[in-house]
This record gives sequence, C-alpha cells and structure tokens, in this order.
Amino acid sequence: MNKIKCALIGSGNIGTDLLYKVLRSEVLEPVWMVGIDADSEGLARARDLGIKTTHEGVDGVLPHLAADGVQIAFDATSAYVHKENSDKMNAHGVFMVDLTPAAIGPLCVPPVNLDSLAETMNVNMISCAGQATIPIVYGVSRVQGVDYAEIIASLASKSIGAGTRANLDEFTYTTSNAVCQIGGAKKGKALCIINPAEPAMIMRNTIYCMTEHEPDQEKITESLMDMIEKVQRYVPGYRLVNGPVFEGNKVAVFMEVAGLGDYLPTYAGNLDIMTAAACRTAEMYAEKILRGEMQLVAEAS
Amino acid sequence: MTNSDLAGRKVLVHDMCLRDGMHAKKEQITTEQMRAFAQAMENAGVPMIQVTHGAGLGGNSLQHGFALHSNEEYWDAVAPVLNNTVMSVLLIPGLGTMNELRLAYDHGARSVHVATHSTEADTSPQHIACGRELGMDTSGFLMMAHLNTPSGLATEAKKMESYGAQTVYVTDSAGYMLPEDVTQYVTALRNELDDNTEIGFHGHNNLGMGIANSIAAVRAGASRIDCSVAGLGAGAGNTPLEAFVAVCDRMGIETGCDMFALMDMAEDLVFPMMDHIVRIDRSSLTLGYAGVYSTFLLHANRLGEKYGIPPRDILIELGRKKMIGGQEDMIEDTALSMLKERDSAA
Repeated sequence: MNKIKCALIGSGNIGTDLLYKVLRSEVLEPVWMVGIDADSEGLARARDLGIKTTHEGVDGVLPHLAADGVQIAFDATSAYVHKENSDKMNAHGVFMVDLTPAAIGPLCVPPVNLDSLAETMNVNMISCAGQATIPIVYGVSRVQGVDYAEIIASLASKSIGAGTRANLDEFTYTTSNAVCQIGGAKKGKALCIINPAEPAMIMRNTIYCMTEHEPDQEKITESLMDMIEKVQRYVPGYRLVNGPVFEGNKVAVFMEVAGLGDYLPTYAGNLDIMTAAACRTAEMYAEKILRGEMQLVAEAS
Repeated sequence: MTNSDLAGRKVLVHDMCLRDGMHAKKEQITTEQMRAFAQAMENAGVPMIQVTHGAGLGGNSLQHGFALHSNEEYWDAVAPVLNNTVMSVLLIPGLGTMNELRLAYDHGARSVHVATHSTEADTSPQHIACGRELGMDTSGFLMMAHLNTPSGLATEAKKMESYGAQTVYVTDSAGYMLPEDVTQYVTALRNELDDNTEIGFHGHNNLGMGIANSIAAVRAGASRIDCSVAGLGAGAGNTPLEAFVAVCDRMGIETGCDMFALMDMAEDLVFPMMDHIVRIDRSSLTLGYAGVYSTFLLHANRLGEKYGIPPRDILIELGRKKMIGGQEDMIEDTALSMLKERDSAA
C-alpha cells in the first residue's frame, strides 16, 4: 500500500516519541525530522533510523518538501512558533497536525470527533491532558448535560520537556476550552501538576463533572466504559483506577495512562496519548488523500 | 531586651492569614472579615499581606474548593483600607495564569509569590517576567523545599533569580524542616544567589518549629519571613505573626510591627472566626512528621470520615507516594485504593 510521506517538526520528547508511532503506521512514512539543535538526541535517533534531518528549523526542510513528496507535517515545537511553522507548511501544500497548544485549527480528540472534522489544512491535538480527559467528559455529557467539568493532570517531571514547560498558560486555556467545545461541558477548567517523584509516577488524570440533574449512574458508567475501550484501541495503557464516584451531582473518575515506552519509559503516558492521537488523526487524513477524497492545495501565506 | 547576634537586623514580615488562612477556613472568609483583618494589619504596621484563594490565582475549583467570593471581590474589599501595607497574591503556574496576574495588578496587588514545586523552577520564567513587567515586587516560591537537597534547591533558586525574581523563598509547605535543615537550605541559597537578591522563608508549624525555623532562616541570611496572625493557615498553621514579632523584639530584630496590636487582632478577630482551632493535632503532626503538603489536612480528615479510614493512614500513604501540592485529587484516589486493598485482604 502507498504511504503518505511526513515531516516531523520538533525533536524533543514529543517529536521523538511520535517518530516511533509514525514508523509503525501502515499509511504514514516519516521522511524528515526537523530540529533547531545539531546535538539533539532526537535528531541523532532519527538519523540512525534512516530519516533525513535538519537542525535549521522549518526553513531547513522547506526546499525539500516537493522533491521528497511530503504531504503531512506534525508540529511538536511550541505554541509560540506554531503559526509561523504552519503557515510555511500550508504554503507548500502540506497538511499540518499541531501537537502544541496553539490551537489555530479545529480541535481533535479521535474517539470523539475524528469522523466529523471540517475540511481544514491544520488540525490541533489540544494537549496530552485533553486527550486523556475529554473522552471521559464526553462520556458523561453524551448521557446528560454537564454544567461544569474540571480535569487535573499529574505528569512525571522527567516526561515534561522545555516546550511544555514554557506553555503552561496556553495548556490551561486550550485544554479548558476543549473540555467545553469537544467534551460538551458548559464550563471547563484544566489544572496541571508536575511531580518529580522517583521512581517516576505514571501519568494520572482526574475528571470531575457536575451534571445538570441527578446523574444516571448506570447509563453514565456504561457510557464511560465504552469511551475507555475506544481510547484503549490506540493507547493500551489507558486505565480506570477508581470510580466513577457519584456524590450529589458530582461524577469523579480517576484514570491512569501508561505509555508503550517507545522513547521515554512507560510512566510517560502523556507522550503516548498525544502522539498516538496525532498519528491516528494523520492516518485518517492520509487515507482520505490516498482515496483521492482530499486535495492538498498550496495556500499563499 | 535580650542582646542577640541578630540585633539590628531588619526583617520584612509578610502575613498569610488571608491566603494560607483561607485553607483553614475551607475558603469561606467573608469580604467583611477580610476588610477587618486588613485594616487591623495596616494599623499594626504589617508591611505586606497576601490576599487570594488559598491556592492562589485560579484556585476556585472542585480540586481546591470554591471560595465565598472571587479574588476580585476580595481585593476590592481589602485594597481601599490599605495605605502603607502592600497587597500580594500567590500564582502557581499550571493553575493560575498571567492574565489573572494582570487582573490582580488592576485590582491593586503590587507583589506576587510565583510558586513552583521545589524541583520545577523552569515552569515559572514567563510568570516571573510578567510580574516584573507589571512593576510588581516579585518572589520565586519553591514549595515542598524538603523534597530537594540544599544544593538542588539553590540551583532552582538561581534559575528563578535569572528569570527576574527579586526574592526567592525556601518554602517548608509540609512543616517538615528542623532549624538545622533551614540553616542548610538558606545558607545554600545565600551562597548561590547575588547579594542583592533577598531570601525568604515560609514555614508551617506542624512540628512546632515555625518560630525557631524562621529565626534560623534570619540567622542564615533570610530577610523576608512569611507568618500569619494567630497562625491561621494550612496544617497546624503558619508561623504565628504576633509571636514571631515578640521574639524578634526580644532579639532586637526590627520588623516595624506593633506586637500588642497583633496580639489583640489574634485574640479578638482571628480566634473567634476559626472553624477549628488551628493547632498541632494528630493529623497536622503527621503532615510534619511524614513530609506531606499541609493543605491535604482537611481533605484527608473529610475523606477519612467518608470511607472509614484513619486520616493519619491516608496522609502517611500520600507521603509514601510522594504526592505534592496541587494533587488533592489523589487523596480520594488513595483512600479508594486503600479501601480496595483492605477489602481484598479481608
């Protein structure tokens, strides 16, 4: 089967983990990895795997996009530079999957809205916490109205790279917004805690939903189990630890996300859920391109 | 007056009863109480007071509790009665944001503690820079300091200084430190930081060490001490301000505060409004002993009762799992997991 060629921008934790996911894909083929540091470990790994690399940022790959047939790019850099990266890629007719919290394109949580995304040249993956918690919020809101949803993500310090650390405000805004827009809550809030414990703690997520009316415990539980199973299809380490706990109109769900250990060890489930979701999303677009249902057009920036 | 080696030293005391004290009141302090407290502290010459939700900017949540009023309403109640006293706020990146800091400035806040866990200073550069751009007195606040080594903490403090922090705090959130620990941490910071960067100490009284630790900090070079009138704060409370000022008076350390006015405030305003007497009891003592975040106290008491598990056992388990400030959700999760384990063992 033909594969759609991809460029990965960002050679940090997320970009490097993503590389392993894309390598396993049946419809995607990584051909370029872009960094800004010649000594980056991620770039060295990519070279060892036979991927072309540049440490000159996006401008280093632009002259090669057409010749190498790149049609999809992933951006795993920073919200602050994403728009510029995306504009340059789109101008060359390359579709952009955004793993930063920049959120300039429509938001995507695969098990919730992958099939109903609008036509676009840029799709945003929200945040690791968004990918881990929005399926749960949606699992409640599709049963009955949710006035307020709050999500708390606890992440192992070793799994959090420089980009994420510099984007905590954007993380908060983008995730809160997505809890409403994609999760279906009327109001949303996102909190993030970075824990340095040794041995490193596995990513944990707590989701609280305040339902409009008394929660239908049986229906909500059934709906949540269905959503968890859907996420497990692409993130096997997604697991319910405790709950759902019902207290008045509050529904509390306590999740854990173990990763596959592709780049960082299994505690870094936050990398996996983000990169697996991005890969799944890119595959959907790749399939459309391969079937001729989607035309990529170079856009003037 | 006792002669002491610290005679003539100047210390800026920073009151926490309208921020850390919010934890002890489950965030239910009224705007009238806030205004009365602020007026009393202005009258007593307290140079700085912190006013926000217990968890700071963005704190209103199921995780940290919803306060009786928004931060804006609290600031608007307090700011008009302050003249010489500066109003400060707490900002924990990941919970609060720079937009909320700008809002705090618009409502009269002129000082900020930008707080991170003791090993995660690099989540704070934007927020510290934002404080400085606004012209605020900006401190870096390294929480749960005992979970880092003295030299490790000094490295993190140096980062905060490089982002623009004018003061860096050794924050003993668990009330775990002993005076000799405080000496080591503050000394490590003093050796690492520029001479014109101030060092602060924020203590909790869980092991009864609040005042002794604060004095040890001053002796090692700290010039800012967080206290709270009547100790109103999380766990067994903060270093009681009126008692700290009394000890400073005896030692010749200058705080500029009126000790009798603060004593009266503690007795007449603060104690009467406490829901429980903030003291060293078996739960708060466990926090200090096991090195657990002081704010976990009331959550563990409530959930212990709900699930029939001694709060002390929950707190010890949280300490073992190295849970840090902000992970209040993990208290219920831990209680549920303990319950499962107990049921499967039975």
